[in-house]
Amino acid sequence: MARQLVRNPLSLLGIIIVVVFVIIATFAPLIAPPPEGHLNHYMIPRDGYSATPQPPSEEHIFGTTQGQYDIFYGVIWGTRSAFQVGLIVIGIVLVIGIVLGSLAGYFGGFVDEVIMRITDVFMAFPGLILAMAIVAVLGPSLRSVMIALTVVAWPSYARLIRGDILQVREEDFIEASRGLGASSMRVIIRHALPNAIYPTLVMASLDIGAIVLAAAALSFLGLGAPEGYADWGQLTSFARNWIVGPPLNPFKYWYAVTIPGLFILFFVLGWNLLGDAFRDILDPRLARR
Amino acid sequence: MKDLVRIRDLSVRFYTYEGVVHAIDDLDLDIKQGETLGIVGETGSGKSMTALAILRLIPYPGKIESGSIVFCDKDSGGELELLKLKEDRMRAIRGNKISMVFQEPGAALNPVFTIGDQISEVFLLHRRQELGRQAKQRVDSLLSDGNGLAAGLKRPFWLWQSRLYSKIAEGPHPLEPRFLSHLPLFRRLLWRLKDEAGLLTVDMLKDVEIPDAARVAAHYPHELSGGMKQRAVIAMALACSPKLLIADEPTTSLDVTIQAQMLELFRRIKADKGASVIFVTHNLGVASEVCDRLAVMYAGRLCEVANVEEIFLHPSHPYTKALLNAVPIPGKELQTIPGALADALNPPSGCRFHPRCPSAMPMCQQERPKLKEIGKDHMVACYLF
Repeated sequence: MARQLVRNPLSLLGIIIVVVFVIIATFAPLIAPPPEGHLNHYMIPRDGYSATPQPPSEEHIFGTTQGQYDIFYGVIWGTRSAFQVGLIVIGIVLVIGIVLGSLAGYFGGFVDEVIMRITDVFMAFPGLILAMAIVAVLGPSLRSVMIALTVVAWPSYARLIRGDILQVREEDFIEASRGLGASSMRVIIRHALPNAIYPTLVMASLDIGAIVLAAAALSFLGLGAPEGYADWGQLTSFARNWIVGPPLNPFKYWYAVTIPGLFILFFVLGWNLLGDAFRDILDPRLARR
Repeated sequence: MKDLVRIRDLSVRFYTYEGVVHAIDDLDLDIKQGETLGIVGETGSGKSMTALAILRLIPYPGKIESGSIVFCDKDSGGELELLKLKEDRMRAIRGNKISMVFQEPGAALNPVFTIGDQISEVFLLHRRQELGRQAKQRVDSLLSDGNGLAAGLKRPFWLWQSRLYSKIAEGPHPLEPRFLSHLPLFRRLLWRLKDEAGLLTVDMLKDVEIPDAARVAAHYPHELSGGMKQRAVIAMALACSPKLLIADEPTTSLDVTIQAQMLELFRRIKADKGASVIFVTHNLGVASEVCDRLAVMYAGRLCEVANVEEIFLHPSHPYTKALLNAVPIPGKELQTIPGALADALNPPSGCRFHPRCPSAMPMCQQERPKLKEIGKDHMVACYLF
């Protein structure tokens, strides 16, 4: 599997991008050392209170954004928040989705009906709007963003795993293991899930990018982390008024929006390429030459 | 000979959107100890459902509507009414006292685990106490033989393992090992159970004449040929020396030479282990090879039950006769049974075979014929007798 991943140039690119982000997140305190006496390392240090962004200089290599927050510090530590949001949300969603989905798929009948109607309720709302409503109720913070995204994302996972379990359930070896005296739990965990989980894992790796993007969108709308928290979405929202510069120099404040934007773009791209690669490897029917 | 399984008035129905399907209708059947009973009939006649009903594995939306299935086994306390057992006691019987071999050996094996893993699972499910005892002996011999620094360091660990295994050997559900087996790291303490199961597995594979059994145990199902897979499936079913082996068309998907080997294997196993076998098939040739008695089914009902020679020499029910006529003989035109298999949703009244029967009488349409004994151990459900 490792060799297949490296052989394909696109998946290699995906791996490199994700690995670079992992390194950035791991070594954030070395790359962008927090100033002395700084209590919360996730809060971006500011250099004054002027509203106008300042261009890159020796002191602030990516410049500062509205409110004189250091963009370099923000994007580096923002990588950590991105991983936090992406991995924690996907982790919780996977657990909920797999548990409920496999129960629904394996037992069918009434259990299936109840669980699937609940997913219907959640899927009836447009994702981002439901997430916004939940954050608005819980109060803006990174934690509410994660809760909101979990609530929005789990139904599609429950559905996906249910469909695959439904398919596997009809296989003879499931019947055979029941015929040999295995309990339902054992059949689900040992026989059904290992044969049904791969599409879900592929979707999860694709979705990490999508979830970070959605979190950034919520932050951009002002529904995310508290002001000054290192978060890519928030950095772009600081740049909202500075996307276009004064009439004669429209690109005057380019750094304010482009740099956090590029971080988001590459993060999502990396996970998408990686997810595509996983899909190609795990599903031979889709193998592209 | 004594009965092993006694089926009385068994009815299985499927509640579908189109209506109620009577898959099995008031079936009476006995399986004697040590015999091979063949169940033959067309597709959809209820052969497989009878087999599944004994294990209580009728798939949704099917239901066992009424009747009784009594399993007589001295070890598990005389006569057991299988249909009234609690699910966990039923699980203890499946694969242990009664086990099943499925039609498609490729599909009956889980593609993501090795053959050895899958057979070991049966031992781990049903033979935990024995495995615990053996594992304890092994640890104890380590404790008494071990010398030197390495053994000294491992000693406390071995002592703990020994205690755990003796607990497993004592009771069916000891609390401590059961709790530990759910914890990711501590689960590794119990690896000796798996090892012991692995040894039994290799023995079992040798028993079904798999050459180089230890190596085959490490293979995944797709790495084996059809015949080998079927042997592995049979090994899995026989792992716990069941009293009754249900084989649901075990040779249908194999080619003829392998079929012959499988039939030989079944015969030998039966002789060795003294198990009864229910052999579901639609191949009369195969049935005549392995079976002692034959039960002929049509549309969920029993037509005729008799010894194999009796059925082949003196077929009495018109359906049995037609079925025997329909066996292909080279050089002769194939005789078919006119008409189509009875519609399961709206079965014909009276005798279900009457629309296709050459000797149908008016009364055949009105009332269902009862099983009648017309000779020694020869039962027929037909008004001709």
